[in-house]
Amino acid sequence: MGTETEYGISVKNAREQDPVAASTLVVNAYKTSRGDTPSATSSVTWDYEQESPLMDARGFLAEADTPISEADTNSVVNDILINGGRYYVDHAHPEYCTPECANARDLLLYEKAGELILEVSRVTAERLLLDNQEIIIYKNNTDYKGHSYGSHENYLMSRKVPFDAIVDGLTPFLVTRIIITGSGKVGAENGSRETDYQISQRADFFEKEVGLSTMVNRPLINTRDEPHADDKIYRRLHVIVGDSNMSELSIYLKVGITSIVLQLIEKGVVGKQFGLKDPVAAIKSISRDLSCKNQIELADGEQWTPIQVQRAYLKLAQQHLTTEERTPVVEDVLEKWQYVLDNLEIDPMRLSQHLDWIIKKKLIEAYRKRHGYQWTDAHVQMLDLQYHDIRPDKGLYIRLLKNGHVKRLLNHEEIVHAMHYPPVDTRAYFRGTCLRKFPNHIYSASWNSMIFLGKDRRSFDKIMMDRPHFGTQQIVGELLNNCTADELVKKLRSKR
Amino acid sequence: MSTEKQQEQVNPPVDETEEIELNVKSSEMDEEFVEDLDSLLDEIDEILEEDSQEFVENYIQRGGQ
Repeated sequence: MGTETEYGISVKNAREQDPVAASTLVVNAYKTSRGDTPSATSSVTWDYEQESPLMDARGFLAEADTPISEADTNSVVNDILINGGRYYVDHAHPEYCTPECANARDLLLYEKAGELILEVSRVTAERLLLDNQEIIIYKNNTDYKGHSYGSHENYLMSRKVPFDAIVDGLTPFLVTRIIITGSGKVGAENGSRETDYQISQRADFFEKEVGLSTMVNRPLINTRDEPHADDKIYRRLHVIVGDSNMSELSIYLKVGITSIVLQLIEKGVVGKQFGLKDPVAAIKSISRDLSCKNQIELADGEQWTPIQVQRAYLKLAQQHLTTEERTPVVEDVLEKWQYVLDNLEIDPMRLSQHLDWIIKKKLIEAYRKRHGYQWTDAHVQMLDLQYHDIRPDKGLYIRLLKNGHVKRLLNHEEIVHAMHYPPVDTRAYFRGTCLRKFPNHIYSASWNSMIFLGKDRRSFDKIMMDRPHFGTQQIVGELLNNCTADELVKKLRSKR
Repeated sequence: MSTEKQQEQVNPPVDETEEIELNVKSSEMDEEFVEDLDSLLDEIDEILEEDSQEFVENYIQRGGQ
């Protein structure tokens, strides 16, 4: 699994806002900032070519002399990272994609590493601007004027699960999980009912239940199915309804509980039993109910609170996950899931050091009280926005964190490490390690391929990586440690 | 369906030093938080973007995904 985060960007004191130019400047600055680090990946392009792959037992396929489409210019806005992730300009936003992670804790770690990568490039890019100009980057989802940018989650699922089963089983979960995963927002947008403060940044932007689009008329369940892996075995579930989170616990639980629920759907234990009468209306009303106690109507006429719906999923997880599936991380996720539901039930404000929407609410209320501001005051909106500022000296979430007002799950050293090293137990290990070790031998890369330059610098070898669970340190670590790029390609080709 | 069932700590967490505290009384947590928050609010007075009105009005993004 992995996440994609689009960041908001603005240049203070610029004569004219050009978000595409600013995003490009920031993404390219990261290459500059790495200077002489062993990761000269700046000339490595993104491989957009989609091929129908064949695999050997480890998920690799070496193809000699693959014709390459000329794509020199794509390196301008594409960076493939030595941590296995991807950093590029999407539309008018800098976007960071984590490498593929095998568990929720790693995914939290790599998403947090992304925030540091953005900050390093922001500082570097800012040096190129006039003295009075500042680049400001927000990890949020809206400009409060109806323009939303996303935070997407991707989960690998078995192709055997019918898509309808995913829609039935997942929709009530996604609609109600915002009480845990919401980032909080001042006001309403997109023609939705006015409110002072709501739980979710994104809820106002969802207009239908199922669909392919992500930019307009957004669906709760997105049908994009591009697994970047063997599509006979896997499907990709692209969740677009989540908020960008600052809180470590919010991120950890968001991806942790969602992957558990998808496991339950794969097992066939979640069907239509929690179906909601009107999911699109429900997500907006839950987002406006700061008590989390108002009931929503299920398709069968029953009335449940969002906490009850979440508890029902939790209970199924406790009943149906096998001992093997209950890894230490899964066990910890289940425990914390129950902890937040118990506390939300008693009083959501008990989680004012834990979950984004409640941390932010507490902060805004204290600040309003001090200055007598109304919810509609510009200072209140500024607080909301600046909560998501990624600068350590200005970002309000980061100030809360540094002053010990929010709970941590990670330590800073491991986040810094994750900027530079891939997870060891997915194919991201192969990608990141090759980029680190053989930067000058790699022509391009993508989620499921790497193209090596031949000895003559004119021929190419394409290595396919269609099994996300392969290419791990355990499988290829020794191989990568002990050979040159040419030897690596030769060895992989001989395995065909 | 269980309601308001206070959780007991069953298993050691993945990393004990970073585990969130369970069963902290609400009042304790709030008091500590508000007390400390005062100095942070002073800090926010210093670092909040000047001219908030103009700033939030000018913060306009193109829609993304």
